[in-house]
Amino acid sequence: MTTITISYPSKVQRAALTQEPVWVRWALIGLALAFLTLFLFIPLVSVFYEALKKGVDVYFAAITDPDAVAAIKLTLTATAIAVPLNLVFGIAAAWAIAKFEFRGKNILITLIDLPISVSPVIAGLIYVLLFGLQGWLGPWLAEHDLKIIFAVPGIVLATIFVTVPFIARELIPLMQAQGTEEEEAAVALGANGWQTFWRITLPNIKWGLLYGIILCNARAMGEFGAVSVVSGHIRGSTNTLPLHVEILYNEYNYAAAFAVASLLALLALITLAIKTFLESKVSHQKEPIKKEN
Amino acid sequence: MSTFKQHSVLPGFNLALGFTILYLSLIVLIPLSAVFIRTAELTWSEFWATATSPRVLASYRLTFGASFAAALTNAVFGLLVAWVLVRYHFPGKRIVDALIDLPFALPTAVAGIALTALYAGNGWIGQLLEPLGIKVAFTPIGVYVALTFIGLPFVVRTVQPVLEDIETELEEAAAMLGASQLQTFLRIIFPTIFPALLTGFALAFARAIGEYGSVIFIAGNMPMISEITPLLIITKLEQYDFAGATAIAVVMLTISFILLLIINLLQWWSRRRNA
Amino acid sequence: MSIEIRHLSKQFGTFAALRDINLKIHSGELLALLGPSGSGKTTLLRVIAGLETADSGQVLFNNEDATSQHIRDRQVGFVFQHYALFRNMTIFENVAFGLRVRPRQNRLKDQEIHERVTNLLKLVQLDWLANRYPHQLSGGQRQRIALARALAVEPKVLLLDEPFGALDAKVRKELRTWLRRLHDDMHITSIFVTHDQEEALEVSDRVVVMNEGRIEQVGTPDEVYERPANPFVYEFLGHVNLFHGRVHQGRAWIGDVAIDAPEHAEAENLAAVAYVRPHDIEVDRAINGESALSAHVVHILSVGPVVRLELAHQDNQNKSLIQVEISKERFRDLQLVKGDQVFIKPRRLDLFPHQLH
Repeated sequence: MTTITISYPSKVQRAALTQEPVWVRWALIGLALAFLTLFLFIPLVSVFYEALKKGVDVYFAAITDPDAVAAIKLTLTATAIAVPLNLVFGIAAAWAIAKFEFRGKNILITLIDLPISVSPVIAGLIYVLLFGLQGWLGPWLAEHDLKIIFAVPGIVLATIFVTVPFIARELIPLMQAQGTEEEEAAVALGANGWQTFWRITLPNIKWGLLYGIILCNARAMGEFGAVSVVSGHIRGSTNTLPLHVEILYNEYNYAAAFAVASLLALLALITLAIKTFLESKVSHQKEPIKKEN
Repeated sequence: MSTFKQHSVLPGFNLALGFTILYLSLIVLIPLSAVFIRTAELTWSEFWATATSPRVLASYRLTFGASFAAALTNAVFGLLVAWVLVRYHFPGKRIVDALIDLPFALPTAVAGIALTALYAGNGWIGQLLEPLGIKVAFTPIGVYVALTFIGLPFVVRTVQPVLEDIETELEEAAAMLGASQLQTFLRIIFPTIFPALLTGFALAFARAIGEYGSVIFIAGNMPMISEITPLLIITKLEQYDFAGATAIAVVMLTISFILLLIINLLQWWSRRRNA
Repeated sequence: MSIEIRHLSKQFGTFAALRDINLKIHSGELLALLGPSGSGKTTLLRVIAGLETADSGQVLFNNEDATSQHIRDRQVGFVFQHYALFRNMTIFENVAFGLRVRPRQNRLKDQEIHERVTNLLKLVQLDWLANRYPHQLSGGQRQRIALARALAVEPKVLLLDEPFGALDAKVRKELRTWLRRLHDDMHITSIFVTHDQEEALEVSDRVVVMNEGRIEQVGTPDEVYERPANPFVYEFLGHVNLFHGRVHQGRAWIGDVAIDAPEHAEAENLAAVAYVRPHDIEVDRAINGESALSAHVVHILSVGPVVRLELAHQDNQNKSLIQVEISKERFRDLQLVKGDQVFIKPRRLDLFPHQLH
C-alpha cells in the first residue's frame, strides 16, 4: 500500500507559482528603468544641469531679467483667467452629465474631450482665422482698434481652448461614481439647489476639483504651440514663459533659456507631487462609504 | 413630458447644460468649424494641390512615420514599465510611478530644448552616439525621440489599471492546469490587456501627430527631410498663405477626429472586456 | 397622514415599471411593499416620495392631490437603500442638516437644533457617535442614523427603501424588531420596500405583494400567507408544494386522492394545480381510511422544533421532491428513517385551475 501525502502549499509557495524567477524579475525591472532613465530622468536632470552650468549668478540674472519677469506675469495672467473659467465650465458640465440622464450625453462628453485631440498649432490657427487681420472678424476689430491676435486676448483664448477639458474630465467620473443619492437626500430634507451644491456636492468633490485645477494649471502655464501661433512673439509684451524659453534658445543664450525652463520644470515636479498626493484622496472619495478599521 | 431628459428632483440641469453648450460652442466648436468653412472657399483641385504638394507629403510621411514608430516603442516599453510597476517591488517605485506623468506636466518647449541639448553632437548622449555614426538631433531620428518622450505615459497609464485588476486566482488556476508562465502570459494576461494596450497606442499616436513644441527644437526643420506637418502649418501662416495652412489643418483635423472615434471605440471595447 | 394612489403608471423606455397601481394606505400604518427585483416596488416608493414622477395617475396625501408637489413640500422622510449619509459631515451634522437648511424665518435656534438632534440620537441609541463620520460607523449604525436624519424634519410619512438590504443576517433581525417598536411608539405612516418575505411578514401591518409593475395582493401578513390570491403570491411567500391534478364539480383529484373543493363546484373536469404548504401535509405510515399518496423519505432535516422531510412521490421519480414540515413530537411518533415508505395527504390546499406549470 502506498501512502499519499497531500501537502497544502503555503502562501509563499503559492505566490511562487505565479511569480517569475528572480532573474527574470530583475531583468525586466532593469530594462524598464533603463528605458525610463534614457527618456525621462536624464532629460529632466539635464534641464537643471544646463540651467546652473554657468553658475548661480547667471541663473538669477536670467530669471530676473525684465523680459523674463514680463513673461512670468503674462503667463500668470493667462492662467488666472483660463483656469477659473474652465473651473466653472467643468463644474457645470460635470453637474449636467453626472447627475442627470439625457439623450446625447456621450456626444457631449466626446465634444468636451475634443481640444485634447486637436493639435495645439491648429488650436492657435482657428483663432487667427477668426480674429486675425484676414479673419472673419479681423476688419471689424481693426476698425474698432481692437487687437486679439498678436496680443494678450489671443494668448488667453488659446490657453483656454487647450485646457477646456481638464477639470471636466476629472469631475465627471468622480461625480458619476458618487451617484445622486446624497443630493436627493439633501433635497428630501428640504435643501434648495445652492444649499445642496455648497454643502453636499462641493465638499464631496473637493479633492477631484483640486486635482483637475492642478492639471489645468500646469497645462495652461506650459502651453507652447497654440500660444506660439497667436502671440506674435513681442518681447516683454506678448511673450509667455515657454515662448521666452524659445526666444532665448534661438538666440543661443542656452544658460538663460534653461534657467527659465528650469522654472517650468520645477512647476511640473510640484504638479506631479501634488497630483500623487491627491490621487489617493480622489480614489477614496470615489468609493462608497466603507467602514474603516 | 419630454423624453429628452429623465425626471430628477435635483435642480440646475437647464442652467448647467445651457452654460456647458454655450461655452463649448464659443470656445471650441465655432472656432473649429471656421477651419472647415475657410477651406470651402478653395476649389477641390486647389485644396488637393495644396494638401498633396511634395513638401506637404514629405511632412505627412515624417509626422505619421515617426509618430507610429514612437507609439510602437511606447507600446512595448510602456507595457514593460506598467508590468514592472504593478507586479514587482523595488526601491524608489513610488517616485518612478509619479514621474511617469512628467511628459504630461512638463511644458513641451522645455522637453524640446532638453532633448536637443542631450542629443546634439556635444550633448551627454549625442557625444556617445556620434562616433558610431548615429546623428539624432536635427534628423528624423530626433523627431522620433521627442515623440517617444511625449507619448510615454499613455500606454503605461492605460495598461496599469487593467493589469492591477487581473486576479491572482486566474493565474493560479492556469498554473494549476499545467500552463507555463509564458503560456499564462500569452493566453490569459495578454488577451486581457490587449484592448487597453491598443488604446494606449492609439492615444500616444494621436498625441504625437499633433505635437509641435518638443519637436521643433530637435528636428532641424529641413523641408522635405525633417519638417513636421504642424510646423508646415505655421510656416504657411507666417507667409500669409492662409488657404494653404487651412487646407493642411483640415487634413490633420480629419485624421485626428477619425483617431478620436477609433479611441472611443477601443475604450468601449476595453470596458466591455473587463466588465 | 393617509396616502392614496390612483391609476399610477410609469414606463422606463419600453419597460413598464408600474401598471395602473391603485392603493390606499391608512394613517399610522406600517406597510411593506414586497416583490422580486423589477416588480416596481422601489419605483412606487420613489413616486410616493416625489423623487420620481409617474406618467399618469395621482398621489393623494390626506385626500389632497400631491402628484405635482415637489419632494421638499411633501413632508416625507426618505431613507435610502445605501443610506446616502453625507460623508463630509459628522453624524450630528447629518441629523441636523434638514433643520439647518430651512429658510431663515422658520429656522430653529441653534440651541433647539442641538436639543432635537441629541434627542433623536438618543432615540436611535447612538448619541455617543455624534462626532464621528459616516465611514467610522457600522452598517447597522448608519441605517439608524439615516432614520434619525429623516425623522429630524418631523415628516408626516416615512419611506424606507430596502432598509435592511445591505446588512448581515444578525443585524438585520435586530433592526427589524427595533423598527417595529419605533413605529409602535411614533405611529408615523411608514412604507418600506423589501424583497425579503420574512421581513415583510414579520414587521408590517399590511403587505402589498407586487410583480411586474402590478399589485398581486394587499392584506395583513396572515392573509397573504394563509390565503394567497394567486399562484404568484403562493410561490413568492414561503415554501409551497405543487400537485398537478384535476377538478370536477367541487372535488379535486391528485392521483387517486380526492379532496373537497367546494369553491370549484362549477368546474367541469379542468386541469388544475394544487398549492399546498409544507405544514399542511399529513404524514402517516399507513393509509388510514381514505386513499393517500404514496411516497418515500429522501432526506430528513431535524434541526430545530420543526422537522423538514423531503419526500419522493412513488409514481413519478422525476418530479421535484415534496417538502413537508411536521412537529418534533410527530416525527418521534413516526420514527422515520431515510428510505421509509409513507402516505401523505394534503390537509388544506388551494386550487388554481388551468395554472399549468
